[in-house]
Amino acid sequence: MATDIATKASTRADGARRRKRAVRLSTWDRVAIAVMVGIPVFLTGALIWFPTVSSVLLSFTNWDGIGGLHTIHWIGTTNYRQIVTIYPSFWPAFEHNFYWLFALAFVGTPMGMLLAYELDKNIRGTRLYQSAFYIPVVIAPAIIGLITELVLSPQQGLISSLFADPRHGHVIDWLGNPAINIWAVLVFACWRHASYVMILYLAGLKALDPTLREAAAIDGASEAQAYFKVVLPALKPINIVLVVITVIEALRAFDIVYIINHGRNGLELLSVLITDNIIGEASRIGYGSAIAVVLLVISIVPIVVFVWNSFQQADA
Amino acid sequence: MSDHSSPSSDSAEDKNLLSRRKLLYTGAAGAAALYTAGASKAFGAAAPTEEVAAAAGTVTLGSYETGPGIKALAAVTKKFTANTGIAVKTNTVDHNTFQEQINSYLQGHPDDVFTWFAGYRMQFFAAKGLATPIDDVWKALTPQMPPAVKAASTGLDGHQYLVPNKNYPWAVYYRKSLWKANGYTAPKTWAQFIALAKKMQADGLTPIAFTDKDGWPAMGTFDILNMRINGYQYHVNLMAGKQSWDSPQVKAVFQKWTELLPYYSQGALGLTWQDGATQLENKQAGMFLLGGFVTSNFKPANQPDVDFFPYPMINPKWGQDSIDAPIDGYMLSKSPKNLSGAKALVGYFGTAQAINLYLPLNPGNLAVNKRANTSHYTPLQKKEAALIARTKHIAQYMDRDTRPDFASTVMIPSLQQFLNNPGDINGLVKSIQKQKVAIFGS
Amino acid sequence: MTDVAVETRKPPRQPTKRRAGPGRLLLHVFLVLVALLWISPIIWAIFTAMRPYADTSAHGYVSWPHHFNFDNFKNAYTQADLLHYFFNSIIVALPAIFLILLFSSAVAFVVSRYSYWFNVPLLIFFLAANLLPQQVILQPLYRLYLQIPLPTWISDSGYLYDSYLGLILINVAFQTGFCTFVLANYMKTIPKSLSEAARVDGAGVLRQYFQIMLPLSKPAIAALATLEFTFIYNDFLWALILIQNGSKRPITAALNNLQGEFFTDNNLLAAGALMTAIPTLLVFVILQKHFVNGLTLGANKE
Repeated sequence: MATDIATKASTRADGARRRKRAVRLSTWDRVAIAVMVGIPVFLTGALIWFPTVSSVLLSFTNWDGIGGLHTIHWIGTTNYRQIVTIYPSFWPAFEHNFYWLFALAFVGTPMGMLLAYELDKNIRGTRLYQSAFYIPVVIAPAIIGLITELVLSPQQGLISSLFADPRHGHVIDWLGNPAINIWAVLVFACWRHASYVMILYLAGLKALDPTLREAAAIDGASEAQAYFKVVLPALKPINIVLVVITVIEALRAFDIVYIINHGRNGLELLSVLITDNIIGEASRIGYGSAIAVVLLVISIVPIVVFVWNSFQQADA
Repeated sequence: MSDHSSPSSDSAEDKNLLSRRKLLYTGAAGAAALYTAGASKAFGAAAPTEEVAAAAGTVTLGSYETGPGIKALAAVTKKFTANTGIAVKTNTVDHNTFQEQINSYLQGHPDDVFTWFAGYRMQFFAAKGLATPIDDVWKALTPQMPPAVKAASTGLDGHQYLVPNKNYPWAVYYRKSLWKANGYTAPKTWAQFIALAKKMQADGLTPIAFTDKDGWPAMGTFDILNMRINGYQYHVNLMAGKQSWDSPQVKAVFQKWTELLPYYSQGALGLTWQDGATQLENKQAGMFLLGGFVTSNFKPANQPDVDFFPYPMINPKWGQDSIDAPIDGYMLSKSPKNLSGAKALVGYFGTAQAINLYLPLNPGNLAVNKRANTSHYTPLQKKEAALIARTKHIAQYMDRDTRPDFASTVMIPSLQQFLNNPGDINGLVKSIQKQKVAIFGS
Repeated sequence: MTDVAVETRKPPRQPTKRRAGPGRLLLHVFLVLVALLWISPIIWAIFTAMRPYADTSAHGYVSWPHHFNFDNFKNAYTQADLLHYFFNSIIVALPAIFLILLFSSAVAFVVSRYSYWFNVPLLIFFLAANLLPQQVILQPLYRLYLQIPLPTWISDSGYLYDSYLGLILINVAFQTGFCTFVLANYMKTIPKSLSEAARVDGAGVLRQYFQIMLPLSKPAIAALATLEFTFIYNDFLWALILIQNGSKRPITAALNNLQGEFFTDNNLLAAGALMTAIPTLLVFVILQKHFVNGLTLGANKE
């Protein structure tokens, strides 16, 4: 109760202050603000947005990356048509990105949230557990790919050697069988993602006002009820962050599959297709840019949702 | 002040963070100094590239050598400098990265000379104006090189662009002791080959080791089957995009290939070529079609036990007249800062003296130069060199013979698709043809 | 009023320790098991890295080790020239982190303290820049870098291409969005009364920024510094295209040196990979305390 009154009071005071504050800034101040905002804007505009717009434009050409501007020929939507109709890797990649999303959303993220929740109980050894759980994030994804190989390789991997003799008989081809390798890899992707989520969620939990939970306990709520009815709604900003991070990680997934088998044979992903066509000798810049634009469009939607939601929060 | 620090630490934590921030700022300043220092240290000289190279005494060399290759190359450049007085500055980038960034490298500020391969991969860059012709260098080299090698070093416009120095053959390797114990003999015809595979299978071996996780090893099988069934010229035309993939000839290749599938390693798409080599070394597999590097991770004791036979004949018209034997060499970038020095260097790389210095330090390769000293070759290498010398037509391997975008984005997945689903050859070749038209333009 | 307002923002008390009952014991068991499961792949990698290749090729990777030593680590260190590449990564990471934090805190400060019409679009502008896949912009960026000349005391290649500065700038541009967003959220929780007081005292924008907001944002900045170090240190895509000189590449490229043209010793590679991970681990462990606090305060607003 006291809390509510206090919050209301401070909001009113803030509001009053906001209205009162018809701030007049000195010229020097205005210059300072212009510089503080201007330099980052210029840098980001020049180095990120300008190349992005260029890539979008290039997706309507068949440029091979060699030669000057005069070698670029406009071909309209040909690239897009080809991607969708004759590129055998495209739809599998699309599909796999969605599997990635489901796995991260329904396994990785909840696991991370669970770990954070348990760690928030502040038992002995929390720091140690935190460090252990955070390790996958700190390790570069390329190394995770290597570890995946060490564990899953049919000839030399840990799993195969423990559960079957690779020298005789049948081994489950975790990485080479296109029907199952995406799932095997997703185990490792979830492992890493859960750690990332755990840290973010733990941070949110630690900032939660304990009076909320105490109130729920006093009211006789069970642990589950307290979580779903009190904690979860109160952490709405964090939840939004988690949702969007999950979606973006799923769409940007690249390193693990690239290290394992270059993203082929059941491990195709959109980011890998882009890399294959743009980077390296293949150099089909126009074609690769078209795939990139597809990925860009898919990425923009959660970005817009995310930012819109968080600004509804911010202005409240 | 404010209550934003956590209740416990306060001043201790503040002090920590304050000093951390100071550290951050000092670190930033230090780094600023470091990178200017580091940048010049990276080049080993205070002066930038342009100025150094313009001085009549330096050539820059971009190299993808790793491990022992670096030392081998260094030995050659050192002798070059001793002979001519021209210094060589080598920029080493690991093998994979070098290939990955070749496009941006050649269009950026490439070194005067760079390591590269023969075949279409070379012709492609030459045709785009990213290399300098070196016909004059070849005047001295022509009598020292086999004609097939000169052909592989020639661009689409008839000028030479590459100076070759080493190569290796693709053949079917096996362990002598295993064959002796089981009484196998090298097959010469396809029928004998299949019969041998059947026998090996009955003996409990994996007859033919096959590994295609990396995507490119399968190309070796396609190449050799195509050359045996349809002839070298057809193969070259197909690689150059002049033939349709949706044709009876190509289908015949895939159909023939299905005869081999029952004898392959299990789970081939999950195995790297190293796994296959291990199967060969451990006597689990009877034979393995691979390049000469197959023994590179064999135990030294096992290496003398390795032998090979050239891929068997399928169509008597062609016999065994062609093999894949990729050639490595050196090229000149489009406008080397030290043109005369660069030409001298590549010319030197092609000589017998250079390769005689190189090979002992990086064994496992064969010299291309006819006059090279082969006395230190192992018996296996001597046999490999003889194979290359007597084979009429040398192909460069699919990923070097055709457009790189076609090889990597179309053929690798398509061959893997074939291995996963050998039943649908018609669908497969149709799909390849559609993509080929999209890439080649016709 | 002020006192009350401040009181509601007091950080949460630690929950009182309950006596260790069976529930708590179960929790410990659960956490220990999960923690072990979590780090088991790493343990496996360490185990593999400590065995010579001859040992594993003879007996397989899952076998009792006949030889157990740190040879792979020693060899990886020298063969991959790890220290050299580590310094390359530091040369890029440290200035980049400094600039990222500077720029993002500056923008966050303006956006949180002053209500301009462009606040929301600005944040979208920055945030979306960080959420785009890197490959999308590589080629045009490469072309752009080739065009921009630099004096040779900054870049010995004479251009933004193949220069440390080029790598630093793209990392800054790419990462500023995420940090701006976090810091903007965080700064909104700092009471406006403090800036008010400063302004009344005659402090201009710059003084408020440097003397009030930055010190108060220390936890968030520390947290972001850790995260950014991890991201930048582990990145390899920028250097792949924007750096030409082999000896300028960052540490992620160093591992490639352990891969032969034909043959790769996986044990050696594992040893090298594990060593490259050490600095990021160290940074996390050292800054852990600040790290959790910092992200907290950025996300929650009362």
